[in-house]
Amino acid sequence: MEYFPNIIFAIILVLGIGFFARNIKKLIRNIKLGQEVDASNEKSQRWSNVVRIALGQSKMVRRPVSGFLHVIVYVGFVIINIEVLEIIIDGLFGTHRIGLELLPASLYGFLIGSFEILAVLVLVSVIVFWIRRNVIKLKRFLSSEMKGWPKNDGNIILYFEVVLMGLFLVMNATDTVFQMSNSGNIISQFIAPWFDGFSQETLHTIERVAWWFHIVGILLFLNYLYFSKHLHILLAFPNTYYGSVEPKGKFNNLEAVTAEVKLMMDPNADPFAAPAEGADDEAPAKFGASDVMDLTQVQLLNAYTCTECGRCTSACPANLTGKKLSPRKIMMDTRDRLEEVGKNIDINKGKFVDDGKQLLGNYITNEELWACTTCNACVEECPVSINPLSIILEMRRYLVMEQSAAPMELNNMMTNIENNGAPWPYNQMDRLNWKDEH
Amino acid sequence: MDEQLKVPTMAEFMAEGKQPEILFWVGSAGSYDDRAKKITKAFVKILNKAKVDFAVLGTEESNTGDVAKRAGNEFLFQMQAVMNIEVLNAYEVKRIVTCDPHSFNCLKNEYPSLGGNYDVVHHTQYMEELMTSGRLSVEGDTYKGKRITFHDPCYLGRANNVYESPRDVLRKTNATLVEMKRHKGTALCCGAGGAQMFKDAEPGNKEINVLRTEDALEVQPEIIATGCPYCNTMMTDGVKFKEKESEISVMDIAELIANA
Repeated sequence: MEYFPNIIFAIILVLGIGFFARNIKKLIRNIKLGQEVDASNEKSQRWSNVVRIALGQSKMVRRPVSGFLHVIVYVGFVIINIEVLEIIIDGLFGTHRIGLELLPASLYGFLIGSFEILAVLVLVSVIVFWIRRNVIKLKRFLSSEMKGWPKNDGNIILYFEVVLMGLFLVMNATDTVFQMSNSGNIISQFIAPWFDGFSQETLHTIERVAWWFHIVGILLFLNYLYFSKHLHILLAFPNTYYGSVEPKGKFNNLEAVTAEVKLMMDPNADPFAAPAEGADDEAPAKFGASDVMDLTQVQLLNAYTCTECGRCTSACPANLTGKKLSPRKIMMDTRDRLEEVGKNIDINKGKFVDDGKQLLGNYITNEELWACTTCNACVEECPVSINPLSIILEMRRYLVMEQSAAPMELNNMMTNIENNGAPWPYNQMDRLNWKDEH
Repeated sequence: MDEQLKVPTMAEFMAEGKQPEILFWVGSAGSYDDRAKKITKAFVKILNKAKVDFAVLGTEESNTGDVAKRAGNEFLFQMQAVMNIEVLNAYEVKRIVTCDPHSFNCLKNEYPSLGGNYDVVHHTQYMEELMTSGRLSVEGDTYKGKRITFHDPCYLGRANNVYESPRDVLRKTNATLVEMKRHKGTALCCGAGGAQMFKDAEPGNKEINVLRTEDALEVQPEIIATGCPYCNTMMTDGVKFKEKESEISVMDIAELIANA
């Protein structure tokens, strides 16, 4: 029975990490439902983006208050998790604070002391975040797409962090050996008096309970990620790597269209020629996107990375003037639909069975798509290089090229361009008339 | 603008066996829209004054296809692009300047992979270049001390990170430059982009150009400077909507420099 706790710990650890790995595999499978993208260019620029934007949080701090608080939580999260290493070693080998044995007392004290200070800073930041969401009610957390689960999700994460930080401090405060050593208990020494008068045994029990809940909490949190908007803590890194390295104004040229246009412009092409051998095997190219499988893998990664902060929507001119379009909702819809498709594949043993639904129409309406001014404000705002605009454009392409479903005024404009090379019905031969007008 | 403008065409240059320094891409708005034509002429006046050897395509120019692309019609865009590229390449065009950030973005970023590789600059960049090289200078005091605020066009600013050239050129007028709260990377769109210019807005509680005009009114400018014919239209309409047209004029940077 001596090894009972160690075995339990190992089982919990394996289960926690195992479930997480399973979900990550599912996530990768879902992303791979998208079209492949060549991201082999500009490697150094891509790495620099990861370092500046994800690791360095350069775009977060453009909004100083939330940016600063976020940096605290981020740094706290990363650094305090070094402690998890000790917990895992202790848990597996039945040691207690292995760090005290391996490291010089002063260094160990310094580390734990830093963790304690960060824990308090994280607690304060998280409470401010909660107040911003629930008391001050910042506009960007109140949009229609933020009702129900997305709202609860945001709060659950904050509660998680409060509990985890609290447990960490209580664990330290009730650890009599650690308190006696009086090194690194910068914060917990003020919590320890709350437990004055408790017997050694009770203190030890509280310490053990806090310790177990802390590590179990961390594993739960890890597994909560997949179901939450909080995946960004992992996906921000690949997402900034795969994000665009081109000027924002550059929209991709569809290669399938280029092939057809070349054929049309080629005077030697025979329109009645039999298709080349094997050409029938390929499915005809679909122009634009009506469902998640038509989007690129990067766009699907974008959807999983979105943490629903709403900076995009708060900068969107259409949204600011009361239109239905919200770039954040575009990303949330894309993820929801992708999850739906993923579950469909799970149920149908690895094959997607048509469910009569798609991203266009069932999730994103034409009205939203046509409200976009393609101004790139959402792209500029996103702190983790998500591009909602690229999805909007891809769906417009489907509407126009597959369904001829553009608003009537746009059809007129396009007919004019086709007929006379200008969006208005003016004669091409009058194009230089301005020269002589006074 | 009474003096006769000199606007040679590429065909004329070709006939003489010469190449101009730059091709001036006038664009559809600059060719046909009454307000934008004034901007076109102001820029030509500047080119004439700086003795720039330029040419236009004239009736051989066609819409870039930019607006069709943004509306989702990739076919039409690529048809237009391939036609224009054929003309531009036949004339061996190397350098293009345009007053329209949408043409600028499209020619610069979206033509290359279809075979059209040119050095494309926006007219504010070109004016800055002319000023730096001493070919163009602002002598008059027309705008000295006037409060001017510059509205960043999305396709010049965010899309291509050109923020300083228009401001540097404006500073040459000795005007007092005031920045709106939302400017440069966070500038609000005028509402015309993404083919919105050619359709009614979706239901909402305000027009985007009115919201943007309110941004400008906050800093009490005498002039709202623009660098895009579509922004110009939207801001002009916004100022009219706010009944401020007697106090505030909306002018392209080319017009400001031509009148200075």
